[in-house]
Amino acid sequence: MVAKKGSRGGTVGEDAGEELSRVPLQAILLADSFATLFRPITLERPKVLLPLVNAPMIEYTLAWLESAGVEEVFVFCCAHSKQVIEYLENSNWLNQPNFLVSTIESYNAMSAGDALRLIYEKNVIHGDFVLVTGDTVSNMPLTQALKEHKERKKRDSNAVMTMVIKQSKPSPITHQSRLGTEELFMAIDPETKELLYYEDKADTSKGTLTLDKTMLLDRSSISLHNDKQDCYIDICSPEVLSLFTDNFDYQHLRRHFVKGLLVDDLMGYKIFTHEIHSSYAARVENYRSYDTISKDIIQRWTYPLVPDIQFLQNSLTKLERRGTYRASDVGLSRSAKMGPFTVIGSRTTIGKHSEVSNSVIGEDCVIGSNVSIDGCYIWNKVNIEDGCRLKHAIVCDGVTMKSGAVLEAGVVLSFKVIIGQNFVVPAYSKVSLLQQPVKQDSDEELEYADNSSGNIEITLPNTADVLEEELRTEVSDLQIQAASEVGGAGFIWSVGEKGLEEEWRHSVAPISADRLVEIIKSAADELDISNAESNILPPSGELGLDSGNESDDGRDDLTHFENEVEATFLRAIHENVEEDHIILEVNSLRLSYNLASTDCAGALFYAMMKYAVDTPHGSAGELLKITDGVIGKWEKLLKYYLLSLDEEIEVILKFEEMCLESTKEYANLFSQILHLLYDKDILQEDGILRWESEKEQADESDKVFVKKAEKFLQWLKEASEEED
Amino acid sequence: MPDVHSLVNEFVIKLNKRQLEGSKTTAKLTAELLRSFISQLRLPHSNQAGALIDAVKEVGEKLIAAKPVELAVGNVVRRVLHIIREEDLSVTNAAVGGLNLASESDDEDNNGEYDHPVLSASAVAAAARNALRPPSLQTLLDDIPHSAAAPHTSSSGGDSEGKSKSADSLRRKLKHDVIEAVNELIQEISTCHEQIAEQAVEHIHHNEVILTLGSSHTVKEFLLAAKEKNRSFRVFVAEGAPRYQGHAFAKELAARGLQTTVITDSAVFAMISHVNMVIVGAHAVMANGGVIAPVGLNMVALAAKRHAVPFAVLAGVHKLCPLYPHNPEVLLNELKSPSELLDFGEFSDCLDFGSGSGSPLIHVVNPAFDYVPPDLVSLFITDTGGHNPSYIYRLIADFYSPDDLVVRRKSAS
Repeated sequence: MVAKKGSRGGTVGEDAGEELSRVPLQAILLADSFATLFRPITLERPKVLLPLVNAPMIEYTLAWLESAGVEEVFVFCCAHSKQVIEYLENSNWLNQPNFLVSTIESYNAMSAGDALRLIYEKNVIHGDFVLVTGDTVSNMPLTQALKEHKERKKRDSNAVMTMVIKQSKPSPITHQSRLGTEELFMAIDPETKELLYYEDKADTSKGTLTLDKTMLLDRSSISLHNDKQDCYIDICSPEVLSLFTDNFDYQHLRRHFVKGLLVDDLMGYKIFTHEIHSSYAARVENYRSYDTISKDIIQRWTYPLVPDIQFLQNSLTKLERRGTYRASDVGLSRSAKMGPFTVIGSRTTIGKHSEVSNSVIGEDCVIGSNVSIDGCYIWNKVNIEDGCRLKHAIVCDGVTMKSGAVLEAGVVLSFKVIIGQNFVVPAYSKVSLLQQPVKQDSDEELEYADNSSGNIEITLPNTADVLEEELRTEVSDLQIQAASEVGGAGFIWSVGEKGLEEEWRHSVAPISADRLVEIIKSAADELDISNAESNILPPSGELGLDSGNESDDGRDDLTHFENEVEATFLRAIHENVEEDHIILEVNSLRLSYNLASTDCAGALFYAMMKYAVDTPHGSAGELLKITDGVIGKWEKLLKYYLLSLDEEIEVILKFEEMCLESTKEYANLFSQILHLLYDKDILQEDGILRWESEKEQADESDKVFVKKAEKFLQWLKEASEEED
Repeated sequence: MPDVHSLVNEFVIKLNKRQLEGSKTTAKLTAELLRSFISQLRLPHSNQAGALIDAVKEVGEKLIAAKPVELAVGNVVRRVLHIIREEDLSVTNAAVGGLNLASESDDEDNNGEYDHPVLSASAVAAAARNALRPPSLQTLLDDIPHSAAAPHTSSSGGDSEGKSKSADSLRRKLKHDVIEAVNELIQEISTCHEQIAEQAVEHIHHNEVILTLGSSHTVKEFLLAAKEKNRSFRVFVAEGAPRYQGHAFAKELAARGLQTTVITDSAVFAMISHVNMVIVGAHAVMANGGVIAPVGLNMVALAAKRHAVPFAVLAGVHKLCPLYPHNPEVLLNELKSPSELLDFGEFSDCLDFGSGSGSPLIHVVNPAFDYVPPDLVSLFITDTGGHNPSYIYRLIADFYSPDDLVVRRKSAS
């Protein structure tokens, strides 16, 4: 806490402007996703080094950070850290003149939170920094967002983070975004852009969201979005690091940190959003987003990070018609067909009558004749023999597919897998040379903690595992062992407990039409159920809105009761219902709302007067006449409920209330109508006088009507005296 | 040496990442880079010109490959190669002359170096224009072995002289001369706007209406030069979708007191009958007189042709490209990000690959350039004056050597 206060004082102090300009812009790049969505591929190679349209993902991130004006990047490596560091050493990134890249290695970080805690200990971050993961693809300029962040920071030292968001509508059917992530709900203050609510794991089956009402206390409006995509690009103040250190239980950046800050109003830290419109930003989170982002790159949304611009040392690639990119030294047979939106890397050869469309093919691949490839991602040095058919699959480096093999939609083949002749790999299966770890994380809540502990397992023993496996392949022991499984070499991983049910959500393959129909159907069923449920409940509407507060309940019931009584009364008038029936109905209403009979009298009287005033009339005199008529007609009904003085007083009070609030027209006729009621024997002398005496203790303002009725009261008193 | 290489690399990266915009700045930076490269290059004793040419070609190839669509880079590289050839020729001539007056030439080298090279360079350039490269096909064909042999004659001349001292001074002289000439080139590139703008009065007359599209620095200078000479005229600015640079351009013109009207690109045909002249900038001018220009210009050119309105293209000589648009090296176009056309968020549901066939149903193409064929262009206004499209090939013969047309293939072999 002390450290935090110190740093905060530094940035807000008088030399704030000077300090801000002096500190070079830094970035933290997490070269580990701390998730297992890319298994089994990530068992052998870190996710950031997986090729995305023939360039490792980290290249996109670094190239973007450099062009966005970041001066210093700390690459945090954890899983397969050796591979990442080796890659960076072989690339040009470590010796760029104006772009410092340094690596931070860790063996025991289990989550993003751990990583940030470690970086805080190293004390290398001196000012505002950009926090991204190594699988981010973007071309957004940072200057505007940074400026906004710094200005906010100057005004309010609690504005610790700016989160970059982008518009992206989720599919109404599957409730997931185009990147395969769950529908995300965000509440944002439309004026200040402050983030107030963040929910990415909303239970869609329940169909409800709970927002805290206090959000609206000091702001006039909030906007709730489900069409925003979280780009996972955050501009953070140095406090963020110390916050992670203070709260050692923060693991996940969003699930723990962001939600933690939003919920915790003690510290008052605030998170703001910055929406980008024309530029692109997305994160490769799962296979679906891998597919989507690849296609976005091919369609040039990420310009200038597109295949035909050599932002890294890849070979010369030319953009041709219909969005196809071809390296200069591709061996394409004359009869081979290259469909739209296809990228073919250098030195790849494609045989006769083969068809490739919507796919990315890496370098040094050999593709035989009569092969059909649609929507696939084929990495480097892949050998596909004649007559294979591939549809929406990911095929990693060094895979061999023997002739006639078939990959159904959504298949992932990890490194060096061999698929035997005419073998059909079933849809959504994942094949790897490594055996599936026995441990399975079952509990949704525990997933993150478990995954992270699983990470250690990946980093250390796995290298040994790989070696062992390779040895075995050499001995071809494995081939024999696994031959039964895929007809070549490799193990088919069984899917998690969620099973195939969930597999399609994040796969590279598009969701099939039957599946969509299924989802629509089940959604419709659910809707029916929920509709049926809502029919049982009392009509929702206004009742639902205010029902949050206990003390309001009684009064609500009363107004509701009054409305019901009024409706009954009106129906009685229009349909000429007998008085007895009305009494029966009103009584049952009274019982269902659990009210006293005094309330009935008041409500009924209210209904009559309302009806009277609602009937068209000209002057006050006419109104008096109508009231006279109505009361005369329903005299008996009213009398039925006027059992004691209490009811009478209730009626007068009700009348008074009406004159004050709803029907002011009666205000001037107060004394006349009181007289009328007295004449009709609805109100007794005693009742009226009791009302007067009750009113005597009240405020001056409450006595308006007592004064209005003064003459009448006087007359009453005199009359009673005379009688005496 | 290593720092030059890092300079080259840095420039290549900048080009790669599309951080440089505008052919003028790119051309100028390329020329400056080549100048510092040449000045730091150590030349061998024999066949200096050949070595210099090879070295420049090697760098040039890298630069061109970095951003093939920016033809100005290649143009400047070729110009520098041409300069080396010409200076070499002049040095050889001077050496031949120096055989007669050996002692005198030594003096000149030491004292009056400044005067001599300029004189000789211009003289030889003129000679080359008149004698060496007459623009007929036959002589062009004849010429290739001749000019390829030129470096050899120079080296043999130097050797036969047998005077190591004069050879040494010659070497220094060649490099010096080349750098001088490249300096002139840089000067020429940076003053091309003024040179072009000087001619504005001859083309823009009182009460005329000028149409232009998008934004061009050259056009702005040109129009403002006419305005300064108290010509009163009106300008129609087509907004130049999808970047709409025309809006800012119109604002700039209006700020300088020009009567400006903004129209949409699609209104060009409707408005062209009001227009007396179309003046536009160009991305590059090809050897056949065709123009590579910002997208939308072909339509403007067609409208102008239809209504017989003169269509003038302003281009500095660094935009003159010795290649023909059908050459395989010429990348005619660059597709930019579709986000300039439409908002990604708005269309994100059409770009959901998660359902259906998995192939996008919407494809947005955003080409940066248009090609305007030469018969639609009435006049080129360059810093050397106004030219007909059919004369461009002749201009190119002045500025480029036919050996250098293909920079890449030559050095690769």
